[in-house]
Amino acid sequence: MNAQLPIAASNGSDCAPVLKERGQREVFCGLTGIIWLHRKMQDAFFLVVGSRTCAHLLQSAAGVMIFAEPRFATAIMEERDLAGLADANEELDRIVDQLLARRPEIKSLFLVGSCPSEVIKLDLAKAAQRLGAKHAPEVRILNYSGSGIETTFTEGEDACLASLVPEMPALTDDDVANLIIVGSLPDIVEDQFMRLFAELGIGNVASLPERAVSDLPGIGPNTRFLLAQPFLGDTAQALKERGAQRLDALFPFGVEGTTAWLQAAATEYGIDETHFAETLRPYQARAEKAMAHQRARLAGKSIFFMPDSQLEIPLARFLSRELGMVLTEVGTPYLHRSHMDRELALLPADVQISEGQDVDLQLDRVRSAQPDLTVCGLGLANPLESEGLSTKWAIELVFSPIHGFDQAGDLAELFARPLRRRDVLRV
Amino acid sequence: MQLSVWTYEGPPHVGAMRVATAMEGIHYLLHSPQGDTYADLLFTMIERRGKRPPVTYTTFQARDLGKDTSQLFQTAARDTLDRFAPDAMLVGASCTAELIQDDPAGLIENMGLPIPVIPLELPSYQRKEHWGAAETFYQIVRKLSDKDRRASDKAARRPLANLLGPTALGFRHRDDIAEITGLLNKMGIDINVTAPLGSSAADIARLGEADFNIVLYPETGDLAADYLKREFGQPAVRTVPIGVGATQDFIREVAKIADVDPVPMLKEGLSRLSWWSRSIDSNYLTGKRVFIFGDGTHAVAAARVASEELGFKVVGLGCYNREYAREVRAAAKLYDAEPLITDDHLAVEKAIEDAQVELVLGTQMERHIAKRFGIGCAVISSPVHVQDFPARYSPHMGFEGANVIFDEWVHPLVMGLEEHLLTMFRDDFEFNDHAGASHLGPGHAAPGQEDTAKDETTAAPANDTETVWSDDAQRELKKIPFFVRGKAKRNTETFAAEQGVSTIELATLYEAKAHYAR
Repeated sequence: MNAQLPIAASNGSDCAPVLKERGQREVFCGLTGIIWLHRKMQDAFFLVVGSRTCAHLLQSAAGVMIFAEPRFATAIMEERDLAGLADANEELDRIVDQLLARRPEIKSLFLVGSCPSEVIKLDLAKAAQRLGAKHAPEVRILNYSGSGIETTFTEGEDACLASLVPEMPALTDDDVANLIIVGSLPDIVEDQFMRLFAELGIGNVASLPERAVSDLPGIGPNTRFLLAQPFLGDTAQALKERGAQRLDALFPFGVEGTTAWLQAAATEYGIDETHFAETLRPYQARAEKAMAHQRARLAGKSIFFMPDSQLEIPLARFLSRELGMVLTEVGTPYLHRSHMDRELALLPADVQISEGQDVDLQLDRVRSAQPDLTVCGLGLANPLESEGLSTKWAIELVFSPIHGFDQAGDLAELFARPLRRRDVLRV
Repeated sequence: MQLSVWTYEGPPHVGAMRVATAMEGIHYLLHSPQGDTYADLLFTMIERRGKRPPVTYTTFQARDLGKDTSQLFQTAARDTLDRFAPDAMLVGASCTAELIQDDPAGLIENMGLPIPVIPLELPSYQRKEHWGAAETFYQIVRKLSDKDRRASDKAARRPLANLLGPTALGFRHRDDIAEITGLLNKMGIDINVTAPLGSSAADIARLGEADFNIVLYPETGDLAADYLKREFGQPAVRTVPIGVGATQDFIREVAKIADVDPVPMLKEGLSRLSWWSRSIDSNYLTGKRVFIFGDGTHAVAAARVASEELGFKVVGLGCYNREYAREVRAAAKLYDAEPLITDDHLAVEKAIEDAQVELVLGTQMERHIAKRFGIGCAVISSPVHVQDFPARYSPHMGFEGANVIFDEWVHPLVMGLEEHLLTMFRDDFEFNDHAGASHLGPGHAAPGQEDTAKDETTAAPANDTETVWSDDAQRELKKIPFFVRGKAKRNTETFAAEQGVSTIELATLYEAKAHYAR
């Protein structure tokens, strides 16, 4: 590591001192989550209230994924919308009417705040109330902020899911206990988990979000939830405030993480230990087999995580413990201590954790560390490749199915592929 | 507010980035919130640039807003200077920073930096990407051009020209520049400076030494060329050399201003397009209906090539940048085509659907639209995608550019021979209606076979008239290739309605065909 850098004081004893940085951040804002959230919630439409930049971001992040007509759009603010908020509200009402007339199949509409709408203090919560009353009961109108001044990349999903929590039907003490898996997962992964819970004998399991906003699970004092994603701090808090309890666990990446994650539920519901072990054994064996191919390629190789999605720490734990990779720096945009306790405890003691970013200083550290693999955003990947450093696009880790036993091999392969390619090319 | 799903242009600061990234030793300090860095990936991913764009984002957050975002800006300015040591710095605000009114121009002036600083005022809520690029380039030229440098004595040297307008992320700019530079060199003309692409602050300083300017991309170069004319009296060549005819016009215009003989170049420089287009195989191109949409300059140029050099029928012509609406309207009139000035891609989609065309020449947006309709498409203009940065040399300008255009526009069409085969072997398993056009690849079904084909081949009339189809006529309609069937059906029904025919017989179909024969 670069010796001249000031190291901030540690605020915990479970890992090496955390390096906290402020400066230019090479990350997406929370609006980007719309790209996967609109695929997951198939009755929802996302309307960003923002600028041309917001629209351009969504289109650039979506890349080639131009579907017939996507279930997201931007209400682009213009000069006259800035002149007076009354007019901006009228304009927004007009746009929403126009949109709902055009897309009658929409059942839920998210008004998504952006940097400009936050700065001019356009109150989207009020707008959602006003428009909700007007379009009820056909359309439910919700709101959250995906603005860059408040959210980093995956925090947009956190804000979106937190906005759904008040909409969840209330359950009482007398209702049957239920378990909620929190975090949007690819359908195939969600189905795998549901089958596993059923095999274990845990029934009444739901997801947040479900594939339709109209199918939100109930919540009450008998509700327990497991976070499937590490970036859901606000959602977890909102669920707790409605009486649900979080089952603390490692995140379900790799054999170790997935086992521990399921174990937390099994313990809560008093599942017999032998039954648990026997049920999981074939899945664990399959995952080990799939990962074995990649282990030879990854063991001993060094990896540097630039901050991106908050998936960094659990993934670093997986790569270090199950594939033998050597961690140099593990950057995260935000370190949620209480959700990360168990993960941090499993990282080697000498790993540099960094929170926040000053991209130029961090790139200096990448160059000095010369890692075998750098996990970074799309804006940095080719520039680093052209310096001779192999990279893995962080965004692929958010878009690809990587959770659970049956994806452990794929997850390892995502990191092995750039190295394999470097070895193969003779050009 | 404007409801927008996909946009043709980004915000104006992205235009400024296209200029800064194209140049050497220029750094852009952008006052902006976290997230605006997404724009970096346009350059590193789409264009595969091996360097980060020379942009520093101040990255303010909500918690900074009540405090001192201007302090953040000044710190970022100092860090940028120390780390990147640029020859000149552009400073400006993105859409959000514009709202917090920190006045980057004033802040930077107070700092008294030791390098030239160019403040940019790019109103995000009024203007767009192309305008931002043009304004940025103009401000750079105004600030950095050395007003004392003038063209030297002409007798002692070859004529000198500046090439203006190419930027990063431009459609084929890299190869256009190489092609036109070669062409001018052959004519005995030297290039003084090409800018913004590849130029430095020192290059901009010596713009005044050229005898004249050539504006290859008016969308980004016009403002600077106007300024150079005012300041240095340099005339500007404004013919855009896309296609054989336009390249010949360009040569004549350049030769006149540079006082050289155009004839050798005109004689030598005939593109293969001329013969390829006259060759017998190209007969089937005659009257192919095309829809053209792009930036104003590329759309107008494409219309001329399509109409005069390939013998297509231009049925729709439009642009997304209103600044060039006048040129597009004039050209549309020339080709008797419907003009369309809009940045709403849904309006473009509707126009393409209504026009019943066989080929779309457009941007990446139209490529997606055409793909959905199962129509061939070639890209002629930005917005660009990774495919528009081919590894091979593929200009659109000059004589080689005309060759490239011939290949790129003709290949997406169902080839002439194939079209005959389609008719002759209609019931053959490989040529049946559901097989789709072979250029779309195996497994690509004919478009709309579930929905539109059903509409078009059943007896239900497409319009509200009472016309019905006889069984004979309906069977015959099915034999018409799918890509013209919709039009045939509509024409026949319109014809029947006009003639007061209530049942369309076999004869009605052929009478309508004769009526609408082109």
